[in-house]
Formats: sequence, C-alpha cells, structure tokens
Amino acid sequence: MAEVSLQNVSKSYGKTAALTDIDLTVPDGSFVVLLGPTGAGKTTTLRLIAGLEKADAGNIQIDGRTVNTETPAQRDVAMVFQQYSLYPHLTVRDNLAFPLRSPILKTPEDEISRKVQEVAEVLHIPHKLNNKATELSGGEMQRVSIGRALVRDPAIYLMDEPLSSLDAKLRADLRVELKRIHAELASTLLYVTHDQIEAMTMASHVGVLDEGKLVQFGSPRDIYENPSTSYVAARLGQPRINLLPVGLLGEDAPSGAHQVGLRPENIRQGDGRDATVVRVEHLGDQTRLHLKLNDHDVITLTDPHSSLAPGETIRIAAQNPLFFDAEGVRIT
Amino acid sequence: MSSFSVTEPSNRSKWFAGTLVILYALVTMIPLAWIMLTGFKSPADAISYPPKVVFEPTLEGYVNLFTTRTRQTEEFLQNNPPENWADDIVRQYDMVIVGPSKFGERFMNSVIIGFGSTFLSVFLGTLAAYAFSRFKIPLADDLLFFILSTRMMPPIAVAIPIFLMYRNLGLSDTHLGMILLYTAVNISLAVWLLKGFIDEIPKEYEEAALIDGYTRFQAFYKVVLPQAATGIASTAIFCLIFAWNEYAFAVLLTSATAQTAPPFIPTIIGVGGLDWPAVAAGATIFLLPVMIFTILLRKHLLRGITFGAVRK
Repeated sequence: MAEVSLQNVSKSYGKTAALTDIDLTVPDGSFVVLLGPTGAGKTTTLRLIAGLEKADAGNIQIDGRTVNTETPAQRDVAMVFQQYSLYPHLTVRDNLAFPLRSPILKTPEDEISRKVQEVAEVLHIPHKLNNKATELSGGEMQRVSIGRALVRDPAIYLMDEPLSSLDAKLRADLRVELKRIHAELASTLLYVTHDQIEAMTMASHVGVLDEGKLVQFGSPRDIYENPSTSYVAARLGQPRINLLPVGLLGEDAPSGAHQVGLRPENIRQGDGRDATVVRVEHLGDQTRLHLKLNDHDVITLTDPHSSLAPGETIRIAAQNPLFFDAEGVRIT
Repeated sequence: MSSFSVTEPSNRSKWFAGTLVILYALVTMIPLAWIMLTGFKSPADAISYPPKVVFEPTLEGYVNLFTTRTRQTEEFLQNNPPENWADDIVRQYDMVIVGPSKFGERFMNSVIIGFGSTFLSVFLGTLAAYAFSRFKIPLADDLLFFILSTRMMPPIAVAIPIFLMYRNLGLSDTHLGMILLYTAVNISLAVWLLKGFIDEIPKEYEEAALIDGYTRFQAFYKVVLPQAATGIASTAIFCLIFAWNEYAFAVLLTSATAQTAPPFIPTIIGVGGLDWPAVAAGATIFLLPVMIFTILLRKHLLRGITFGAVRK
C-alpha cells in the first residue's frame, strides 16, 4: 500500500485537452473517488497512473518514487476496467491466477490456489472457478475482474466504473462489499465513477473533475456541505440543489453574488414567499415537492404523509443558502 | 412451433435450400470423384468411350506413379518370378520395376515449400498485422496499401524479372527460393486478413495483461495469440492452398532439386502416351494434405470466415 500523487499533470489527445494541470494526492490507505461526467478526464487519470498513457507534463509518484518512465508492470498497480476485462480463452480460475503467474510475481502454485480460493469466496464465486470466463453473467464477470485485482497486493487499486454495467441490486451489494474489502485490506484505492451515490457511500475522499480540471477535493461531507463552485454543488445531492437568482427568496446576499444555491432540505416551509405546488412525488421514505416561484422551478422535500396537492400555494424561505458569483465560484 | 414464424424457415424453403446445396455439392464433387476413380482404372478403361463408371479396379496407376520400370526379354521374365504384387502388375506389359520414381521426392518438396512458406507468411503476417493494428506507425495507411498493391497484378506478370533475379542470386531451383517467393506472394493476404482479426480483439485485454505484470510481448503471446487462433488458422489455409497449388512459378523456377508436385504430375509418361491413371493417382495423393489440413482446422475456418460479422 502506498501514497500516490499527481503533480501538475497535463494530458491531451491531439487538440483536445483531457487533463489540465492536475494536482492530486491519494493518501496511503484512503478510498478516493473521482467524480465527474463522461469526458471529464476520470479514466485518463487512471490510465496515466497505470502507465497505459504518458503524461504530456507533470510528475506521477507512487510511494514517493517518480514513475513517469516506468512500464505498467513496474508500477505495481492493479486495475479493474469498465468492460472487456476477462481473458475469454481462460477459465475463471486461470483469470484470477493470471496476475500471480506474471514474471514479476512468479507465485508458487500452491499459494496461487490458496489466494484464488480466498478471493473467490469473498466475491461469492467459488462454484464458478472452473467455468470459462465467457460462460458467466455480467455481474459474475465483473466480480471476477475485481477479483483479479484483489488477488494481488499492489501499491494502489485503480477502478474504472466497475459497477456501472451491473443491475441496481448487485451494485448496492458490491458497494458494501468493496467498502468492507477496503477496510480489511487497508489498501489504497482510486475509484472513478459518475454515480454520486457510489462516491458518497464509499469514499473517504472525493475529487470532482470538470473538463479535465480537478475542481474540488475533500471528504464527501465537506464537498456536499461546502461546494467550492456551483458545478460541484450540482454534482452531489439527490434531488439536485436549486440554483436560483439572488433575491428570489429575499435572503441577504453578499455583494457580487449572482446565484444562490439551496439544497432541497434547506428550504423552510411556512413563512417567506408564496410558491405554487406543481407536482407532488411520493417516494415512500420522502416526498418531493416541485414548486413554481416567479417562473423558477424549485424542488424541496416535505413530510412523507403530506396531503398537499398541485395548485395549492405554500410559503417558503431560504435556510443556510450558498452564494456563487457570476463565474459560479462560491462566495460564502 | 406455430405455423408461421419470423426466425424459423418454413419446411418448404428448408427442403428447397437443402436440395440446392446437395445439387451444388454434386456438381463440384464430380471432377474430384472422376480423378479419384481414374486413379484406380486400367489405362484402357481410363480412355474408353463412353466413360466407364463401373470397372475392375486396379492399383496399376499407383504402381506406375511410384516406380520406374523397364521392358525385359521373355527369357529374363521367366527366369525371375515377380518379387511382389506390384511387380506382378507390371509384368502384364513385359516390364519389371527397377526403382522408385521421383514422385515421392517431388511430393516432399511440395510439403517443405508449401508448409514452409505458409508458416513464414502467417508468422510474419501476424507480427506485422499486430503492429499495424496496435501501434502508431508513420504512414501506416500508405504502407498497408503498398502491401496490398503487390497483389494488384497476377504474380506471374513479373515472372521474367524474378527468373533473372533468382538466377543471379542462386535461388533458382532451391527450396529456400520457392519458400521466399510464395511467402512474398502470400504475405499481403496474410497481413490484411490478420489485421482484420486482430482489430476485433479489444486492446483492453493487453492493457489488463500489461498491468497484471506482463511485458508487451508476453501480453501478445499469452492474450492476443490465443484469441487470434481462428484468424491464424483460416489465414494459414488460404496461404497453404495458394502455395500448394502454384504451378506457373514452379514450372519456371524449379527443375532437378526443388521441383514441386504440380509441374511433375503432368510429366508422368507411360507406354504410348500419357499414363492417365498414374496422373490421376498423383493428383489424388496431391489433394490429400490440403484436405487433411482443412479438415483439421475446419472448426476454426468456419468461425474464422464469419468472425467479426456479429458483435455483442
């Protein structure tokens, strides 16, 4: 296990800049989730650390050692790909043993079979060990490819949206499983996703990427409560934060403020301005209210047993508002 | 099954398709069957008109193919009884077997040159195709077009320059010369076919192997090659069929040492004209290696030809 850091790393493909001046430290033993939409540079970051791509500028260090010119094998990283990750001509057992048999590790066969069995049990696939890799369901395939990373003890585990192709139930199970494995192995893990729930549930640190730039890095809670830009604020939280023009709810705005960000739970009901109920969504554990206020859409939460109906009018006021300037940068 | 189905063909169309396939198979098999039957005919039966479908089989053609014979006096024949069944067959023409013919040697030349050039074409083709498929090569498209362009005219069009070049290089009538020549002709086919197959293998597999601690070459060897097996097998068959059947260059460039079977077989001359049963016997034996090779790789060939048509 080791600390991994990127210093002023840039990478472009042709004229498209994939990453611009990234500074990122993945502390030893942490579970870092990089969050961002498609094209934000998440996968590129992983590929640069793994050594599958060369950075145009900057330094990459693993365990204090600069690895810019090292091959992927020398860097001692394990990676789980989003897809196409199992060797189709090998059995599950041989797939799991493949990294252990590499010329770098050259593990003795009895230790290989012990480790493979161990990992197979953690991932609930011991009965599939003798299957061909192509005879598995999607969920089993992805578990095997996670297993192929877990049989090793690398400096860092890199995971590229490993759960995105799985169904919701399996995704939820594996989220818990990954978190548990991380705690047990005390390993360093860099995980890439566009799914904010994965980020919030598993990460010890979250990095938010936008168009090749690292916008904010911190604990999930910190990023949720103190987003540095309106972009970060909008990435986390379900339903999304309301971004409204300053003054709409009559709050005291600092000078230079352009937008006010209000999380759905930070809208107080009962006093303030009049808003019309447009739609009520009963989700069971919570009820979402879609409101109209001076032609602006506002979403808030209300009592699960609320009897409000479309067309009714309620009064709402802001609580703990976040202010952003014209560029979207947080003011207070 | 319901009476109408979108995916399942109706019985009538299945029957119709089956009949067509059988008819086509019969038409293409007739010359083959004819050759094989003629090999077991006597010279008289072989040229009889109307052609005989029912005849008394004899191994005369095969004996003539593999032996050289000489006419002997009646006295000699009476004093020396036939040594074996083959000798017995040639005695009816007052002849005795004096030694083996050149057929065995020519056949071995075909095997060495055919399989040697196939191996070399597929080996070089796989490496080149992998490089074209995976690495950024300057002017890759131009190079690929250049490789393909070597097949844009019939190879025999350059027969005279090659003949002169081979004479000066001392490659005329050598196994090496023929292997190099057939490899040069086949390599463009091999590169293009194999590039298609390797392009279909996602590069993520190799990247996974690189991260798993393997070198680029080990990743190629352990991950890419096994998955390219179908492509390699079908490419090998195409290369072998060309090299095995090639006639024009073999006539032009080989004679005493490296002559292959195709130019040799038509030169088998019997008593009073061409010995058709011996020629047919030679052709039958000549067909066997490619047939066996194709049957062995049949499973791969079928998958190979449809490879890439469907992607999940």
